[in-house]
Amino acid sequence: MHLATYIGLLETGCDTLAASYRQVAAGHASEADVVTLCTTFAAQCDDHKESLGPFRRQYGSHPAGEPERLHADGLATTRTGGLGLLRDLHDLYLLAAYLDMAWTLAGQAAKGDRNADLDTTVTANAAVTEAQIKWLSTRMKAAAPQALLVAD
Amino acid sequence: MRRPPHSGADSPDRISDVWGPRTPYAAGPDWPERVDLFLRDEVTASDVERWVPSACLLCSNGCGVDIAVKDGRIVGVRGRATDRVNRGRLGPKGLYGWQGQLRDRLTTPLVRRNGSLQPASWDEAMQVVADRSRALLDDKGPLSHAFYTSGQLMLEEYYTLAVIGKAGIGTPHMDGNTRLCTATAAAALKESFGADGQPGCYTDLDTCDAVFHYGHNVADTQTVLWARMLDRLAGPNPPEHVSVDPRATEVSRASTVHLPVRPGTNQALVNGLLREVMVRGWVDQKYVERHTVGFDRLEETVRDYTPARVAEICDVAARDLEAAAEIFGTRDRVVSTVLQGFYQSHQATAASVGVNNLHLLRGMLGRPGAGVLQMNGQPTAQNNRECGADGDLPGFRNWNNEQHVQQLADLWDVDPLVIPHWAEPTHAMQIFRYVEQGSIGFLWVAGTNPAVSLPDLDHVRRILAQDSVFLVVSDAYETETTQFADVVLPAALWGEKTGTYTNADRTVHLSEQAVRPPGQARSDLDIWVDYARRMGFEDRSGRPVPRWDTPEDAFEAWRECSRGRPCDYSAMTYDKLRDSAGIQWPCTDQAPDGTERLYTDHSFPTRDDDCETYGHDLATGAAVTAVEHRAWRYDGRARLTGTAWTPPPENPDGTYPLQLNTGRIVYHFHTRTKTGRARELADAAPDAWVELAPQDAAEHDINDGDLVRVESVRGHIDVRARCTGTKPGTVFVPFHYGDIDQENTGHGRRRAANELTSTTWDPVSKQPTFKSGAVRVRALPDDEPEHTDSADTSATGPRQG
Repeated sequence: MHLATYIGLLETGCDTLAASYRQVAAGHASEADVVTLCTTFAAQCDDHKESLGPFRRQYGSHPAGEPERLHADGLATTRTGGLGLLRDLHDLYLLAAYLDMAWTLAGQAAKGDRNADLDTTVTANAAVTEAQIKWLSTRMKAAAPQALLVAD
Repeated sequence: MRRPPHSGADSPDRISDVWGPRTPYAAGPDWPERVDLFLRDEVTASDVERWVPSACLLCSNGCGVDIAVKDGRIVGVRGRATDRVNRGRLGPKGLYGWQGQLRDRLTTPLVRRNGSLQPASWDEAMQVVADRSRALLDDKGPLSHAFYTSGQLMLEEYYTLAVIGKAGIGTPHMDGNTRLCTATAAAALKESFGADGQPGCYTDLDTCDAVFHYGHNVADTQTVLWARMLDRLAGPNPPEHVSVDPRATEVSRASTVHLPVRPGTNQALVNGLLREVMVRGWVDQKYVERHTVGFDRLEETVRDYTPARVAEICDVAARDLEAAAEIFGTRDRVVSTVLQGFYQSHQATAASVGVNNLHLLRGMLGRPGAGVLQMNGQPTAQNNRECGADGDLPGFRNWNNEQHVQQLADLWDVDPLVIPHWAEPTHAMQIFRYVEQGSIGFLWVAGTNPAVSLPDLDHVRRILAQDSVFLVVSDAYETETTQFADVVLPAALWGEKTGTYTNADRTVHLSEQAVRPPGQARSDLDIWVDYARRMGFEDRSGRPVPRWDTPEDAFEAWRECSRGRPCDYSAMTYDKLRDSAGIQWPCTDQAPDGTERLYTDHSFPTRDDDCETYGHDLATGAAVTAVEHRAWRYDGRARLTGTAWTPPPENPDGTYPLQLNTGRIVYHFHTRTKTGRARELADAAPDAWVELAPQDAAEHDINDGDLVRVESVRGHIDVRARCTGTKPGTVFVPFHYGDIDQENTGHGRRRAANELTSTTWDPVSKQPTFKSGAVRVRALPDDEPEHTDSADTSATGPRQG
C-alpha cells in the first residue's frame, strides 16, 4: 500500500509550491499581477494541504525512510529582471505540473480504492492547480518575447 | 441659484442647474427636444456666421452639438435637437468646456536641448523623433517601441496609428488611457457575448420598467443621460431605479433601492443577485436553454451566496438585496448600466460579466427596454477599442485566430508575421513596467496625461524621468506629462480637425473642422502620417503604410477593415453622417440606416471562427485555448461564466483604517486640461477635496472645510474636507486634480488622488483598481487665511455644516 507515499508527496508538494509562490511574490514585488496572484495561489496550496488531513489519518503518513529524491525542490531564491521573472515562472510551472500529475495519480488510486471522498478532494484540488498552470502559461507566453529579445 | 458670471443673457445655467428643466415623458414616445445654447460674451445667435455639426467630446455620452463660428473662432455651442443621443441638451462640460481650448495652447513643437524644452520647427522635431525611432528599431527591434494614447482622439487617428503600429513597426505595445476607463466594458462584453459591442442603446431608457446602476453615478458622469432618466421619472409610469454605490448620490436618492456596498465586494453582490434570480424562479428557462451555455457551472458558483452571507460581505441589508433582486426578477424590461464602481475594482470583469449573466438568465437582451449598457468613460473609447489602438486587432478580430490575422495581412498587404499576434497585446501598466525596466526605449504618449491619471504617481514620475526612455508627447497643452518629454508636439483639438467618433451606444458622429488650429498645431492624424513617411514604412508592394493621409481616406480604409465584423461601418460614409441624427453601427447594405440594438436574433458572436476572444478564467485571467473553446460548443450561444468573490488585495488595518474611493465629478473631465481652463467649470470646482462620512470625520476631529492630510502607504495629498454622505469607513477623492495648474487655489499642495492609489489591476481587463486601497486621515494646521471651494450645488451630495 503506497498511497500513503503519494499523500505525503502531495502534502510536501503543496508546501513546496506554496513557499515557492511566496518566494516569487516577494522577489518580484514590482510585478503587481505576479504578487497578487502568487499570493493567492500560495493560500490555495495551503488549503489543499489542509484538505488532505483526513486522508493522512486514514491511510497513514509518508513512510519513514522514503527517499527525499521523490520531491521536487522549491525555489531557493528569485532571479531579477525580465529574463529572471520568466525563469522563475517557468520553475513554478514545473512545480505546479509535478503537483498536478500527483493529484491525478492519487485520484486514480482513490478510484481504485472506491474512496469517493478522496477522489472528490483531489479532483477539486487538481482543478485549482490546473488553473494556476494556465495562468503561468498565459503570463510566460506574453512575457517571453520581451524577455528573450529586448531585455538587458 | 447663481448664474455663471460669464454666460450670455439667453444661456442656460448648467452650473447650478446641472440637468436643466424637466421635459417629462411616458414610456413609449420619443424623448422631447430641449435645446441648450451657450454663446460666449456678447455674441448673439444672429452674429454667428456658421454652425458646424459635431458631437461633444467631454464624456462618453457623445451629445450632438453644433459649433458656432465667428471670425474664424469658436464662439459657442448649441445642442442638436434632432440628435438621437441628446435631443438638444448639453451638460455643464458640453456647454462650457470647449472654452478651455481657447487658451494656454501649445503652438509650436518643442525639443529637449541641454535639459530644457526649446521651440523647434516641425521638420526639426519630427526628424529628431524619426531618427531616434529608426536607430532603436535597427538596434533592438519593434518591441522597443510603445504607444500610449487616449479616449479622445478620432476613429481615423486610432486606425492610422493601429496600422502604423501593427503593419509598419510590428509592436504589441499599444494601449490607450481607455485601459483606465473602459477596458472592463470591452472585456466583459467579449467574455459573455464573444465580441465587444454594446448590446443595448439609449432609447431602451425610453421604454424600460427599471434601471439598475452598477457603480455608475450617471448623474455626474453623463449628465444628459441622467436628464433623460429624470424626464422619465417626472412622467407617467416612471421606471424604478436601483443604485449600487458606496456613496449617496443624486442617483441613489432617486432610487427605490440603494445598495451602498463596501468597496471591493461587487462580485459577492452580483453572485447574490444571480442566486436570487435562480432560486426564486425568475430564470427564463427557454431562453437559457436555447441561447446560453454554462448555466450549471454558474449555478454551482453562486450557490453559497445567500442574502445573509452577501449582506455580511457587502455590508448592506439582506432585505435590500432581496428587494433589488425582486425588481430585477419581476419587471419585463430592465436596463442595466455599469461603470467605474465596477470597472475600477479588483474583480472588475467578473462582476461586470455577472451583470451580463443576469440579463441572459432573464432573456433581457435584444428587445426595446431590455438591455445592458456596459458604459464607456470617454467619448471615443469605443473607437480606440474597435480600431485597435488599444493593442487589440482592428475590427474585433481575435489575435489567436490565424484567419483573422490573415484578413488583416491581406488588407494591409503585409506578411502576417509582421502583425504581432503571439499573445494578448501589452496593457498600459505592463508597458510602463517595460519602460521602467529599460526594454522599451521609445514611448509615444498622445492626448493623455499619465503623470496624473495613472496609479501610484510617485512611481510613474520616476519611470517617466528615466534617461533610458525617449518620450514623445503629443498634446494641446503643457501638462504634468510634457514636463518629462524629449519632444513635445502641439496637437489640434476638437473643432480644429475632421473625424468621426462613436459613443457608448454605438452612435457615430462626424465632426468636421470648424476653425484652424492655433499656431502650428496639427491633428494627430497628420503627425502620425508624417512620422510614418519619415520612417519609410512600406507594404509588400512598395506602397506606403498607411496608404492614406486624409481623414476621409482613413475612414474609407476603416470601412473595409470593419466589413463583416460586429462593428461593421461598411455602409457608412461621411456624406451619410453629415447632418445625420447620429448613426449606430453595424451599418451595412442590409441595415443601411444603422442598427439600434444588437442581438435581436439572440445569436451571439461566440462561434470559434468568429469570436474576438476564446475567453479567460475570470479569477486569474488565464487564457482559454482554442481547443477548450471548441469543446464547449458555444456556436452562437452566450457564455455564462462566473467566479467566487475574493477580498481586495489591500484592506484597511490599524494604521490605514479607511477605504479609498476615487472618481469623477460633474464639472470636470479627466485631468482638467480643458475643463480646468473653462472659467465656469474651474470656478465651480477649483480644487480637490476629500469626502468623509460625518461619523468618521468626528472620530478624527475633522470639520467641514478643514485642511486634511489623506495618506496611504504610497503617498499623501492635502485637501479640504467635505463631511457628507459617503459610506462610513470609506473616503472619496475626485481624481481630476494635478499639481501643474494651481492658479485658482494659490497653494502648492499635492492633491492628485493617484498619489494614494496602488499599482494593481483586474486580471482579465487589466484595468487598474483605482477604487481600492487603505488610507488614514488627519487634520492639518491651517495657515491659509482664505480658501476657495467647490460650488455648493455639486451633484455629489449635500454638504453638512
